[in-house]
Amino acid sequence: MDLSFTPEENAFREEVRAFFRDQLPDDIREKLVAGLHPSKDDMVRWSRILNKKGWAVAHWPKQYGGTGWTPVQQYIFLEELQLAPAPAPLAFGVSMVGPVIYTFGNEEQKKKYLPRIANLDDWWCQGFSEPGAGSDLAGLKTTARREGDHYIVNGQKTWTTLGQHADLIFMLVRTDPNAKKQEGISFLLIDMKTPGITVRPIITIEGGHEVNEVFFDDVKVPAENLVGQENKGWDYAKFLLGNERVGIARVGASKERIRRLKQLATAERDGDAPLIENQRFREKLAWIEVELKALEMTQLRVVAGEAKREKGKPDPASSILKIKGSEIQQAITELALEVAGPYVLPYRAESADHGWNEPPAGPDWASPLAPAYFNYRKVSIYGGSNEIQKNIIAKAILGL
Amino acid sequence: MDFDFSEEQRMLKDSVDRLVTDRYDFDARKVHARGEHGFSEEIWKQCAELGLLALPFSEEDGGFGGGAVETMLVMESLGRALALEPYVATVVLSGGLLRHAASPAQRAELVPQIASGELKLAFAHAERHARYNLAHVETRARKEGDAYVLDGEKSLVLNGDAADKLIVSARVKGTNRDRDGIALFLIDAKAHGVSRRGYATQDGARAAEITLSGVRVPADAALGEPGKALAAIERTVDEAIAALCAEAVGCMEAMHKDTVEYLKTRKQFGVTIGSFQALQHRAVEMFVALEQARSITMYATMMAGESDAAERGRAMSAAKAQVGRSVRFVGQQAIQLHGGVGMTYELKVGHYFKRATMIDMMFGDADHHLAKLAAMGGLIAA
Ligand SMILES: Cc1cc2nc3c(=O)[nH]c(=O)nc-3n(C[C@H](O)[C@H](O)[C@H](O)COP(=O)(O)OP(=O)(O)OC[C@H]3O[C@@H](n4cnc5c(N)ncnc54)[C@H](O)[C@@H]3O)c2cc1C
Repeated sequence: MDLSFTPEENAFREEVRAFFRDQLPDDIREKLVAGLHPSKDDMVRWSRILNKKGWAVAHWPKQYGGTGWTPVQQYIFLEELQLAPAPAPLAFGVSMVGPVIYTFGNEEQKKKYLPRIANLDDWWCQGFSEPGAGSDLAGLKTTARREGDHYIVNGQKTWTTLGQHADLIFMLVRTDPNAKKQEGISFLLIDMKTPGITVRPIITIEGGHEVNEVFFDDVKVPAENLVGQENKGWDYAKFLLGNERVGIARVGASKERIRRLKQLATAERDGDAPLIENQRFREKLAWIEVELKALEMTQLRVVAGEAKREKGKPDPASSILKIKGSEIQQAITELALEVAGPYVLPYRAESADHGWNEPPAGPDWASPLAPAYFNYRKVSIYGGSNEIQKNIIAKAILGL
Repeated sequence: MDFDFSEEQRMLKDSVDRLVTDRYDFDARKVHARGEHGFSEEIWKQCAELGLLALPFSEEDGGFGGGAVETMLVMESLGRALALEPYVATVVLSGGLLRHAASPAQRAELVPQIASGELKLAFAHAERHARYNLAHVETRARKEGDAYVLDGEKSLVLNGDAADKLIVSARVKGTNRDRDGIALFLIDAKAHGVSRRGYATQDGARAAEITLSGVRVPADAALGEPGKALAAIERTVDEAIAALCAEAVGCMEAMHKDTVEYLKTRKQFGVTIGSFQALQHRAVEMFVALEQARSITMYATMMAGESDAAERGRAMSAAKAQVGRSVRFVGQQAIQLHGGVGMTYELKVGHYFKRATMIDMMFGDADHHLAKLAAMGGLIAA
């Protein structure tokens, strides 16, 4: 057992860090430090910088534009990206549909979509969940009926993150209504501009717009947009969801938020005393750091085991990463309330494109903290809720 | 020992509950929120008609002589309704200061106006680096002949933009955070030298930043003896803590009810999600947290009239700590068990969550009060 990084890995970390330091536009970095959301334009700008360097789809196989990095290098890259802090490349393309396409898609699909994902020429969104199919995803009802060389899609998707920006949506649709739940599902790619598609915003509790409802009314989709085989979509979805869980611990992002909290708590005063001198506060912060370090080691164990595992079979321990990772992210947003104290109260609407539009009440850094606390309740709900992750562990690891 | 309410208290509860049921469902609240100052003047009038605005004042002053129990009942109902009206600012906080610091003549003038709904007040006390220290007053009141001249910045003034008059704390002597030297002045919100900037708060209510520059008030605008106001402020804030705890209990009760209802109706995997034991237990843990909060709120309510400030303070810290903890757990789990829909602005549960969280952050969060209680030696003597 040797838990240290090799000199080569450390040198790699330096290289990656220097790149982020020099290439990440300051305005984007500042937004993320403040806890604000990057705009669509920010995402596109940054993705193109990464793509130019050949790092936009670092974890893909080399023949599709990937880097050929080891799992440990990929881990280092992701951590440094989050520490920068830089926006992660849009997951729906890079981490979700991209790998499905290069693993199960045909040559034409690979040629058509993969380069455009890497350059964020296409903004993808994920059309899995439906009003009646959340945790029970296989209960989905949106149908795709084959008519000649087209599918006719009818139904509704929901919680579609950033669907308001999307050019394309990857969907799970029911192609065989008579088959068993999981066996009649197909994986379909749909152009969001196709007639019959309506996108409606869902406003989340803190007042933000990041999710949407998407309605499909006799939407005509070319049959060539089917990925893999008809009625095999559930297998591809499982593959995709397994990939999703690996990045979900967000250890680097949590480290960055803790660093930020410490800076704020050093600047913020209770009377004349900096808040950081408050013993209770320090202990709570220290405990989060302990848990985060343990999670980091768990993550590294999963990463190190990856090379030895069968391709496409995620480690059920990755459910631990999801549970603990989300709990830690939530704990940090909760402790952040304490840094601002009563100054969590003032509300300022975040206008994604123009920053704040009113002068602050109290310190200007405080305004995003309560919204972040409210909004981060989502991280234990999406991507397979923490209850569902526990069911997975109980079954797959404990054999219960 | 008697946990039952009196006949009058039950009638009071019924009348507030009726107002809330008839006039304050979630859709009505959206309309009320569009009022000029973020609440409904009409509901405020109805509060006056029901006697709610006169509730805690003595009969000699033109009130109904209600105590902390009556306030608790009202606040719980307002919590269930997520009411936006400035009840805490006007009746509980400003009303408390009038009861504990003002002269009979001042009360005789002001209480009837409050009771009728024509006068709204706000307590302009907090300052930028005060956090939860009530003795933190840098705003100065300088004596000039027969008048005082006020200069300073007040912050997070609840409903400060709707108020007709402000009760402002200012220091007549000593240095910041000295317990001695704090005075209270009643000033017109539109007085020369007062500038206000109102804004929405995270829970849909409103507050204001207020700047006082050279605000000149006659000496008889002081409430009580200038320099000796801290005791009245502490007493009033303790009463407000008990009231806010009751409001939080109302919020939690509603969140819990909505969640249990959802568990019974939402289906996944062909069954109601309430059939999953993991979720049943979670709902039970929420229930325990709610009832613990309710119990300690009753304790705080009982102790709100205690004249020994230290004993009273212990009780309030205990209550605020428990309620704060409960609020976090009940609120977070209410969202969690609703899944995606719990995250939506459209559903009421998220609004309860936000309001309850803000209550935790006002007048000291759970940790602040736990530390305070610990420093006082806890609740049980060694
Ligand atoms: C902000 C946000 C963004 C999202 N983005 C997307 C997106 O881009 N694309 C997409 O397709 N989906 C997206 N989702 C949907 C997300 O994946 C679902 O919300 C999630 O799967 C839960 O489903 P549900 O909301 O229907 O809750 P439900 O499944 O109804 O769950 C309600 C509660 O019951 C619990 N529960 C359910 N089943 C069990 C069980 N068997 N045992 C114990 N507890 C159980 C859940 O854990 C939860 O607490 C997003 C959700 C959110 C909140």
